[in-house]
Amino acid sequence: MKRHLPLALLVLTAIGVQQLTHATGTAFYLTPLTMAAYYSLVIVGLCLLMGYAGQISLGHAGFFAIGGYLSAMLTTRDLTPYQDNPVLVLLDKLGCTVTGQDMFGGAVLHVHPWAAFACAILITIAVAYGIGIPVLKLKGHYLAMATLGFGIIVYRLVLASPLFGEADGISEVPAFPLFPGLAVSGGFESRVSNYYLAWGMVACAMWLLANLIHSRVGRALRAIHGAEDATNAMGVNTARYKLNTFVISAVLAAVAGIFLTHYNGGIGPSEAGIMKSVRYVAIVAIGGMANLWGALVMGSLLNIMSLRGMFGSYDDAVFGLILIVIMLFAPRGLLGLSLPQGLKRLLKRGE
Amino acid sequence: MLRIKNLEAGYGKLRVLKRISLHVNPGEIVTLIGANGAGKTTLLSTITGLVRATAGEIVLKGQNIETLKAEKIVFRGCSLVPEGRQVFATMSVRENLVLGSYVQHRQGKEQLREGIEYIYDLFPVLRERKAQLAGTLSGGEQQMLAMGRALMAKPALIMLDEPSTGLAPLVVKNIFRIIERLREEGNTVLLIEQNAKAALKVADRGYVLETGKIILEGQADELLANRDVQRAYLGRDVKEN
Ligand SMILES: Nc1ncnc2c1ncn2[C@@H]1O[C@H](COP(=O)(O)OP(=O)(O)OP(=O)(O)O)[C@@H](O)[C@H]1O
Ligand SMILES: [Mg+2]
Repeated sequence: MKRHLPLALLVLTAIGVQQLTHATGTAFYLTPLTMAAYYSLVIVGLCLLMGYAGQISLGHAGFFAIGGYLSAMLTTRDLTPYQDNPVLVLLDKLGCTVTGQDMFGGAVLHVHPWAAFACAILITIAVAYGIGIPVLKLKGHYLAMATLGFGIIVYRLVLASPLFGEADGISEVPAFPLFPGLAVSGGFESRVSNYYLAWGMVACAMWLLANLIHSRVGRALRAIHGAEDATNAMGVNTARYKLNTFVISAVLAAVAGIFLTHYNGGIGPSEAGIMKSVRYVAIVAIGGMANLWGALVMGSLLNIMSLRGMFGSYDDAVFGLILIVIMLFAPRGLLGLSLPQGLKRLLKRGE
Repeated sequence: MLRIKNLEAGYGKLRVLKRISLHVNPGEIVTLIGANGAGKTTLLSTITGLVRATAGEIVLKGQNIETLKAEKIVFRGCSLVPEGRQVFATMSVRENLVLGSYVQHRQGKEQLREGIEYIYDLFPVLRERKAQLAGTLSGGEQQMLAMGRALMAKPALIMLDEPSTGLAPLVVKNIFRIIERLREEGNTVLLIEQNAKAALKVADRGYVLETGKIILEGQADELLANRDVQRAYLGRDVKEN
């Protein structure tokens, strides 16, 4: 019962906020709120990986970008020149394509967003396993370095590849019709439905993750964090647990990337940047590492502030600074903070 | 119960275990004594699959386990209380115990509760501290927790790596009493110790390991009386010449 209380609170808050914006005529807030929800999805996934399984990743913006970019590319690229390609014919038969019109009224052929979604997720899973199997053998700084390397590769790839629009990114990404009556799009008229969709997904993710953490699996994960060999000696397949957690968090990041890209109607290389990964890590740290709800609260707040431009052009600097300050004063997160203790620590250090 | 034949293992090029053979019969306490660096921990790590054997056989309850992964070996009924305890510091005492029963996941809630009660009876101090984080326990309490955690798996064979290290004499006595009690209840124990005297006193049989080789084996009381053992491990200076 105790476990469902925060979830109920989340749902009520989401509804309350929407009602508030409606009542005060500030519905424009719903846009950053929706975007923040998707970023929160990345953050809670990363929180599972970092806080519970104890594996750091400085490459999660990479997974976000893989999802977003693949979906954007597949749903915007005109496939008419390849119409006779047998693969495309098959896709067509399976109903995985859509025809549309370009700016000049010419007929164009795209991959259907659902097919693009499936493709992007499958590739994310493949990449996550491919990266995870060798990399998760590493620990601490080495793991951080390796995932950082992965993040840099993704960033440079999208920046260099014409397929992904180089420095401009991909725009004109169409809406994603999830099912009749609900599409992921940034359109004015679907602002409320998209707000609820995004936060509904966050609630689902929280429900799943909270259950996972309180299960036998979650207990094993927390143990891995403490003493890996000892956990292994308890009969826990630690390698597989770490890997699967890594993949789950990668998929959450990719899903967030896909949805946010369709919501925004585009994606640019900054989404793949290292500073994005650092930001996710910083937020998980502020939330208190092994604290899903802390990560969610902090993630929503900071992302909304950032999206509203409150940090101005010092956006990235702010998150870097936050990371340093948290590590110094409140390694257990802002919510677990007791200020006198933090000061004492610092004074001791100075001695 | 456990039979090891010509086992070799090491780290990279370093050969630590050299043609080790030993066995543990059901219901007995067997102790393995040896100096620092003799390879005792390496032997246990090899049995539990954390270190790979390069040659030889490890047979547990009639089945070869030397190629199995660590987590599979626990499922076969062999639990380790590691050197230095390695309790899960950020989890409560009770959670540590629940995790110990990881391989017993088919048991119901009731059986789990009974299992935990059994451990609390064995180590009453753990009951008093069940909600406390394991990392904040004293050394002796952590050792008891590590033992309780291993017992939660209901192992056929329990292996202890230097359970008495760093503990006060009274606590050591208590630990050895519990090891004896484990045998009385039908458990099989492989006990690794530096504290050779105490170990040989509770054990049925013993082996002496020196630089990766078994150099002596015998009934515990024989070993206790053995001059070489006395000189090397019991700190008794036996004058020769
Ligand atoms: N992870 C490792 N990598 C490389 N060498 C190791 C490793 N662990 C142990 N060794 C070496 O293997 C040898 C045996 O070590 P082991 O830990 O098995 O000794 P031990 O008998 O348990 O000693 P102690 O009583 O001090 O615990 C030592 O020479 C040690 O340096
Ligand atoms: Mg040792």
